[in-house]
Amino acid sequence: MFVISIISFSIQDNLGDPLREMLGQTVSEAERQEMRDEMGLNDPFLVQYVRFVGKAVQGDLGTSYFFKEPALDVIMKKLPATLELVVGASFIIILLSVPLGVYSAIKPHSTFTKIIMGVSIIGISIPVFLTAILLIYLFAIELGMLPSYGRGDLVHVWGYWETGFLSKDGLLHLILPCVSLASIMLPLFIRLIRAEMVEALHTEYVKFAWAKGLRKYRIWFVHALKNTMLPVVTVGGVQIGTMVAYTILTESVFQWPGMGFMFLEAVNRVDTPLIVAYLIVVGAIFVVTNTIVDLIYGLIDPTVNLIGGKK
Amino acid sequence: MKKGVALLAGAILAAGMSLSAQAATVKMAYDADPVSLDPHEQLSGGTLQYSHMVFDPLVRWTKDLGMEGRLAESWERIDDRTIRFSLRQGVKFHSGNVMTSADVKWTWDRLLTSPDFKAIFGPFEALNVVDEHTVDLVTKEPFPLVLNAATYIFPMDSKFYSGDDGKGQDKGLLKKHGDTFASRNESGTGPFVVSSREQGVRVDFDRFADYWDKKSPGNVDKLILTPIKEGPTRVAALLSGDVDFIAPVPPTDHDRINKNDKTELVTMAGTRIITLQMNQERVEAFKNPKVRQAIVYAVNNEAIAKKIMRGFATPAAQQGPKGYAGYDTALQPRYDLNKAKQLMKEAGFEDGFSITMMAPNNRYVNDAKIAEAVANMLTKINIKVDLKTMPKAQYWPEFDARAADMMMIGWHSDTEDSANFTEFLTACPNKDTGWGQYNSGNYCNPDVDKLVQDAASETDAAKRAAMLQQVEKTLYDEAAFVPLHWQNLAWGARTNVKLEAVVNVMNFPYLGDLVVE
Repeated sequence: MFVISIISFSIQDNLGDPLREMLGQTVSEAERQEMRDEMGLNDPFLVQYVRFVGKAVQGDLGTSYFFKEPALDVIMKKLPATLELVVGASFIIILLSVPLGVYSAIKPHSTFTKIIMGVSIIGISIPVFLTAILLIYLFAIELGMLPSYGRGDLVHVWGYWETGFLSKDGLLHLILPCVSLASIMLPLFIRLIRAEMVEALHTEYVKFAWAKGLRKYRIWFVHALKNTMLPVVTVGGVQIGTMVAYTILTESVFQWPGMGFMFLEAVNRVDTPLIVAYLIVVGAIFVVTNTIVDLIYGLIDPTVNLIGGKK
Repeated sequence: MKKGVALLAGAILAAGMSLSAQAATVKMAYDADPVSLDPHEQLSGGTLQYSHMVFDPLVRWTKDLGMEGRLAESWERIDDRTIRFSLRQGVKFHSGNVMTSADVKWTWDRLLTSPDFKAIFGPFEALNVVDEHTVDLVTKEPFPLVLNAATYIFPMDSKFYSGDDGKGQDKGLLKKHGDTFASRNESGTGPFVVSSREQGVRVDFDRFADYWDKKSPGNVDKLILTPIKEGPTRVAALLSGDVDFIAPVPPTDHDRINKNDKTELVTMAGTRIITLQMNQERVEAFKNPKVRQAIVYAVNNEAIAKKIMRGFATPAAQQGPKGYAGYDTALQPRYDLNKAKQLMKEAGFEDGFSITMMAPNNRYVNDAKIAEAVANMLTKINIKVDLKTMPKAQYWPEFDARAADMMMIGWHSDTEDSANFTEFLTACPNKDTGWGQYNSGNYCNPDVDKLVQDAASETDAAKRAAMLQQVEKTLYDEAAFVPLHWQNLAWGARTNVKLEAVVNVMNFPYLGDLVVE
């Protein structure tokens, strides 16, 4: 976290001049300098950094120039929207990748498998913003079935958290962004599960299970699939972090009021306190998800536990 | 196939539309929402668009660049330096307070403390209150642009904005990037009241029940502004019927909006000039007028307007657009490659030279593509261009440092007047007066400065126009800069939204008068 804070803080000087976005075009250079002094932008780097860290340890990551609120509050308000997007996309990925991956491993030569593989190649190679625009074009403009932007009607749950999962309008608004966000990860997981599954099906214990005459569903889903989960969860943990990054693109195409979109805007406006706070929060999310993944290992694979000592 | 889908979609859309035909609620999407509810915090297009919805100016521009009274009912020049405004009576603020000259005076004093706005009122000496419904605007010298400046005076509710806000700050406090009362609350006299606002997500406006202008044809009760940053998404929202009108419209989508029979495109020649400046301090050759002329002759700005801007720009040969005082119809684009080569030869630069160029890539419409095209055109007269484009946030510090030999700058005149262009773009750079602040070319001609200075106190409109036309002519002849085009403006609207009647070249639609069928 410390490293992230230094890096994010040191790039801010190269992002541009925040005053340009705040002032009209005819304001004189002398007045700009005056305002820079007032905001402490002319102080040496170390002075600025120490001031920042001093406040940061008390939970104050600075005040956004644009929103005029503490940067952390702004992010916390936007966080639920982004998390709902990630949760929705993850849901689609899990729901589709497991059955499709398993099917294509069991029946490697069927036509359906070839279709899955073909489509997944296309899916993995189309950039997410293009998928998003195509989806909008097809479902919002041509068919007029789904809304093209925003979050729709929200239901207030708790604190800053307003959810789109509980209203019909909110759910309709979630479909396109979640699908386009999922589109980039889904093929990866289908292929990963398929590859692991093919390998597992050739192992000794699966052959032994067949020989024992167990039912095929038990072999596929309990013996084979369970053992493919370790690499899948590892990759999944890393990818959830990446997915938070991909929300930047999805959110800006769908005008989704989440923190990825907010970050892009903050970069355009040179809203440095907000940029720094975002990088730190996203860094924290990465750390937390990877820690959770490490903990999940133990649940899936008993051998991980054995290393720590016998039960 | 595609046509079939389009027809089907049209049918579905039509079915959907018939249900919401009597809508008095209008949804609009801009590329950004107002940065603050304080009309004095930032001088920008967004703030002015907002001000015209929630506040009213003393006077405002009509569609053909005339003047009409708003909160000022009438005005007369009582001497060289004074114009007397009679204020409309019985005008109420959103808070219920009645507007008087005290509010105008309070607003005036506040404007003078705003770093953004005070430059506009530099030539003024004072605003004097004569009685409860009369004020005098007095200038230091005889000044021709008093009314232009008065379009920026949007009276604020002095009683509403006075007192303590409960956090130890004055309610009227004007502060950038500060959490002030005025940046979150409003009380103007305008047609709309801000009923709720989530910054960056949406702003809801309700029609003000006690709006003074009973003659206004506007029938919109509720207006919802959603910022949609991405051009394609904004267009999609319009085409799918999620919003009723949008601005701006990316040039690539004009056809789609025109072809759809539920939407229409409203375009207008704009007033923002896009230019390239040639830095004479960095490049010795640029001191030679022949080289500068050669560059202007080599740049085919008509082709740029046609091909890159897709006809969505008016090729320019001078700074101020048609309708402005200094516009000279004789000055036309002058692309002529042979002439350009000839001039380079005469100047002794037949073999050319190398220069650097910088342009932003997200500030003006197609800015980076335009710069690339110009760089290519210049290779034909053997000028090699090393082009660098960057986001505007990084571009402006580079521009201030004059970091390249040719730099792109676009300009819109805050006063809707020709002189403003020269003051900022082509006057001799002068730190004390602030003139030439954006003159990265360091072009300097004292005669031009003198003309603009004299024009600033010339109240005879015809004489003044002649002086400003002389300025444009001189800049044209000496090729002070490379003129490219004036960016056009475009709005897209559902056909039932009569947007055409309320939009104008200043790009602040008078939405209070918007009619929806």
